[in-house]
Amino acid sequence: MSVTRDQGIIVCRDVHKWFGDFHVLRGISLTMQKGEVVVICGPSGSGKSTFIRTINRLEEHQRGQIIVDGIELTHDLRNIEAIRREVGMVFQQFNLFPHLTVMQNITLAPVWVLKMKKSEAQEIAMQLLERVGIPEQANKYPGQLSGGQQQRVVIARALAMTPKIMLFDEPTSALDPEMIKEVLDVMKELARSGMTMIVVTHEMGFAREVADRIIFFDFGQLIEENTPEEFFHNPKHERTKLFLSQILH
Amino acid sequence: MRKKVASSHAIPFWRDIRVLRVVSQILFVTVIAAGIWWLLNNLQTNLKTAGLNISFRFLNNTAGFPISEGLRYDPTNVNGYAFLVGVVNTIRVAVIGIVLATVIGTLVGIARLSNNWLLRKLAALYVETLRNIPLLVVLFFCYFAVMLTALPLVRDSIRLPGFVFLSRRGLYIPSLVPTGSFGTWAWYLIGGLVLATVVYFFRRVQLKRADRPGFPIVWAMPVLLLVVIAGWFLASGNPLSVDVPVLKRFNFEGGMWLSTPFVALVLGLSTYTGAYIAEIVRAGITAVSKGQTEAAKALGLRRTQVLRLVILPQALRVIIPPLTSQYLNLTKNSSLAILIGYYDLMNVATTIFNQTGRAVEMILLVMGSYLSMSLLTSVFMNYYNRRIKLLER
Amino acid sequence: MADDLHTFHSTSNQLPPPSERIPVLRWLKQNLFSSWFNAILTIVAGALIVVLIFGLAKWALGARWEVIPANLKILLVGTYPAEQMWRVWTSLYIIAFLLGLSSGLRSGLIRRISAAAGIASIVLAILPFPWVTRGWTFGVAFAVAVGFGMGYLGKKNRWFKRLEITCWVLSFPIGLVLLNGVGGFLPVIEGRNKWGFVLNLLGAMVGIGLSFPVGVSLALGRRSKLPAIRWVCTAYIELIRGVPLISLLFMASIMLQLLLPASVRPDLVIRAMMTITAFSAAYMAENVRGGLQAIPKGQYEAAYAVGLNGALTTVLIILPQALRAVIPAIVGQFISLFKDTTLFGFIAILELLNISRSILGNLEWRGTIFELYVFIGIIFWILCYSMSYISRRVEKSLGVGER
Repeated sequence: MSVTRDQGIIVCRDVHKWFGDFHVLRGISLTMQKGEVVVICGPSGSGKSTFIRTINRLEEHQRGQIIVDGIELTHDLRNIEAIRREVGMVFQQFNLFPHLTVMQNITLAPVWVLKMKKSEAQEIAMQLLERVGIPEQANKYPGQLSGGQQQRVVIARALAMTPKIMLFDEPTSALDPEMIKEVLDVMKELARSGMTMIVVTHEMGFAREVADRIIFFDFGQLIEENTPEEFFHNPKHERTKLFLSQILH
Repeated sequence: MRKKVASSHAIPFWRDIRVLRVVSQILFVTVIAAGIWWLLNNLQTNLKTAGLNISFRFLNNTAGFPISEGLRYDPTNVNGYAFLVGVVNTIRVAVIGIVLATVIGTLVGIARLSNNWLLRKLAALYVETLRNIPLLVVLFFCYFAVMLTALPLVRDSIRLPGFVFLSRRGLYIPSLVPTGSFGTWAWYLIGGLVLATVVYFFRRVQLKRADRPGFPIVWAMPVLLLVVIAGWFLASGNPLSVDVPVLKRFNFEGGMWLSTPFVALVLGLSTYTGAYIAEIVRAGITAVSKGQTEAAKALGLRRTQVLRLVILPQALRVIIPPLTSQYLNLTKNSSLAILIGYYDLMNVATTIFNQTGRAVEMILLVMGSYLSMSLLTSVFMNYYNRRIKLLER
Repeated sequence: MADDLHTFHSTSNQLPPPSERIPVLRWLKQNLFSSWFNAILTIVAGALIVVLIFGLAKWALGARWEVIPANLKILLVGTYPAEQMWRVWTSLYIIAFLLGLSSGLRSGLIRRISAAAGIASIVLAILPFPWVTRGWTFGVAFAVAVGFGMGYLGKKNRWFKRLEITCWVLSFPIGLVLLNGVGGFLPVIEGRNKWGFVLNLLGAMVGIGLSFPVGVSLALGRRSKLPAIRWVCTAYIELIRGVPLISLLFMASIMLQLLLPASVRPDLVIRAMMTITAFSAAYMAENVRGGLQAIPKGQYEAAYAVGLNGALTTVLIILPQALRAVIPAIVGQFISLFKDTTLFGFIAILELLNISRSILGNLEWRGTIFELYVFIGIIFWILCYSMSYISRRVEKSLGVGER
C-alpha cells in the first residue's frame, strides 16, 4: 500500500499500542494536511500523549501504519532519524538542558545534527528568540528563567531544526497561571504562520481560536473529531458531552 | 523532494534497528568470549609446560606451617583446614572491627553536629586526618610504632581494670571457661530462650488485638533473664568460671590472648573506618530536613520521641546503604593483615601458595571467599533496603 | 495614585539589620558552656588537648628529624641514578611551567594553585638541604614565574589557549618518557631503580587517567538497554568490587603470567598499574552510575526529539550533567586510588612505604619509626587534602547544586 504526499502530511492507519497488557492505543486512524492545527483533548490516561509520542518515535507502535511526510515509521533507522528531523516537540516538563545556556540549548542540534556553522546557528537562534519574545535571555541558564520563558525557549529550540510539524504535549500544564498566556500567544502566532501542529491541551480558548479540528480521545480511541464550532456546540457522543461539561465550567 | 516512498516491507538489515540491536550484542559477546578463550588457552599451555594441572587435592596434604592464633591448629593439619582457620581469623577481625568502627563512627558523627564548638572541631579534625592518609600508613603506625615500640615488654605490661594486660606481645584478657555444671545451665538457657520467644509472640498478638503500639521485647527480655539467673543459682557451682591471665616467668598463663597484629589491625581498621562512618552518620542525620523536626515538635512530641520516631528512622534509610559498603570495605581491608603478620585468609593463602605452588587454585579460593562474603552482605542489604524503602508513587 | 505606585517597590521601607557583634564571652557561653553536660565535655576535652599537645611538642623537639633529610632522595625517588636526576627535575619543571602558563592565561583557582606551588618550592629551598638540591628546588618557582609571564603576555591570542591545552595533554606522555626512558634515545631506567614516592605518584596518575574513561564506559554499559552488554559490565563491576585490592595484586603477581603467552612478560610495575586501574574503574563506574540515574528521562526524550542520536546525547547532554553531579564521589575515588598505591609494596615494589621499612632496618636509623611515619603521613595528607579542596572549589565554580 503505497502512499503519496497528496494524502496528507501525517497519515495514521489503525495504530495500536500496548504497554504490557494494557491496550493504550486502540486503532487510531487520522489524516492531517499541511498547515493544519489539530487539538487533541480527553481525560487523563486516554492515550493522547502516547499517541503524539508515537509520531516521533518516542514510543513505538505495535500495529498499524504511521506515515509522516511520505516516510513510514518502521524499524528502519534511516526513516526514524529522518522523521525526527522533520518533527519538533514541546514537552510538558520543558526538558531544557540545564548545563547549557539558552543560546547553546537552541544551537546544539543544528550544529551537531544539521552540521551548521556555529555563527549561522547563533544567528538563527537569535531570530527565533526574538520571534518568541525573549532575545535578552540568550546567555542565561534555564534555571534563571521563569516557567513561561523556559517553555518559549523550548519552542525556539524545536523551531531551530526547521521542522515541518510541531507536536505539543500539554505545553502549559506545568505553568503558573500568569505565564500561560505568553506561551499560548507564541503558539497562536506559530499556527497563523502556517505550521502544522498537533497540540494536546486543556486550553479550550486556544482551541477555539486557532484549531482547524478538535479531536476527542477516550480509552485509547478517537471518539469524535470536528471543527471547533461543531465540537463545542454540537457534540455528538455522550462521552464528549460528559467531558465538555467537566472541563467547561 | 522525496519521490521515493518507503513501504513497510524489506528494510535493509543494516538499517533495521531490531537487527542492529541483536547483532551488536552478538558481536560484543563474541569478542569477550574470544578474549576469555585466548586467556584460558594460554593458561592451559603454560600449565602444561610447567607440568602442573588444576586440582584441589592438595588441600588434603599436610600444611606443615604454624598459625599462631585462631582455631585449634597445628602444622600436622591439612591445608584445607589451615585455610579455614584463616577464614575464621578474618571473620574475627571483621566482626570486632565493624562493631568498634560503628561505635566510634556514630559518636564522632554525632559529635560533629554537637553545639559544643570544641567537640565539633575535634571531631572534624579526627575525620579529616584519617580520611586523607592511607590505611596502610595507619596500620603500620598502629603495629610498628604503637604496638611494637611504644608499648612495654611483657613483664612491664600496662594493667587495665578487670585483669586486662596490654604489652608488646598483645592483649591478655580474662576468659570465660565452662565448668562441669555448664551442661545443666545450658538447658536453662535454651529453656529461657524458648519461653521468652513464646512470651514475645504472645505479647505481640495481644498488642495487635488491643491495637496499641508497643515493644514486645520489653516483656520477653525480663523473662529470659529471670530463667537464666534462676538456672545459675540452681545449678551446682558456677557454670562459667573466669580464667584470669596471670604473669608467670616469661609470659602470661590463662585468660585469652589477642595477638599484637590482631590488636593493631582492629585498632587501625576501626579508627580508619570509623572516620568514614562518622561522615555517613552525619550526612544521614543532616539529610532529614529541618522541617521534619519542626513538624514533630509542633505536634507535641518530646525531644527523645522526635529523635526516635521521626529522625532516626529517616536518617537510617540514608545511612544504611553506605554503611554496609563501609562494613564490606573493612572486611576487605582486613586482607592487609598479611603485611603485619596476622594470619587472616589472605596470609594463609599466600603461605599455602608458597609451599605448593598452586596459583590458580589458591586465587580461586581467595576470591571465592571474599566474593561470598560480599554477596551475602549485598543480599542482606538489598532485602533490608526493600523492606524500609519509602513507598513512592 | 501614580506616585504611590512609583514609590512602592522592593526597597521601600527597608531598614538595615541590627548589628551582630557577639562579644567573646557570649560566644564562649553559647558554644562551649551552654549546658552542664557541655561544660564538662569542654573541660575534659580541653584538658585532653593540652596534655596531647604538650606530649607531642616534647616528642617533636627531641625527635631525630635528621632521618628525613638524610634519606629524602631515597624516599622520594629511590635509587634513581644521580646523573639522570635531571630528568626528574625536568619533568617537574614542565609541570611547573605549564601551571604558570595556565594561571597567566586564566584566572581563579589555577592562580592559587600555582602560587601555592611557587611558595612551597621557595620555602623548601630555604630548608637545610644540600645546596644543589636547593638550587633545583628554587628552579620550580622560577619555572612557574616564567610560565606565568608567558601566559600573561599571550592572553589575547586565541591560538595560545589551544596550544596550552595541547601542551598539558602532551606533558603526560613526555613526562613518562623522560622519567622512564626510551630505548636508543634516553637510557631506560629499570623498574628496580625507580623506587620511592615517584612510583606512588606515577601509579596514581596512570591509574586516575585510565580508570576514569574505563569507569565511565562501564557505567554506561551497565545501564545499556542491550542485555548482553549490561550483563557483562555488571558482572565485571560486582566481581571486582567484591574482592580486596590485595587479592587482585596477588593475582597479578603470580597468576597473570600464566594467562599470557610465555613471550609476553610485562614489567611488575606495569602489572601493578593495570591492576589498580582495573580495580578503580569498577568503583568509578558505580559512582558515575549514581549520577546517570539522577538524570530525568525527559532529558533523553528532549535530545531525541531534537534529533540527536544516542552517542551525541550521551556525550553532550547526559554525561556533562551526570559527572558534574558526582564530582565529590569521583574525586574521592581518585584520592582512594592514590592512597591504594601504597599497597604496591605487597608485590615487592619499592614505593614510599616499603622503602621506609628498609630504611628502618638500617641500624643507623633504628628507632626513628615515629618520625618517618609522621613524615609520610604528612606528605599524603597534604596531597589528599589539597585534592579534595580543589574538587570543592571546582564544584563551586561549576555551580553544582545552584541551579
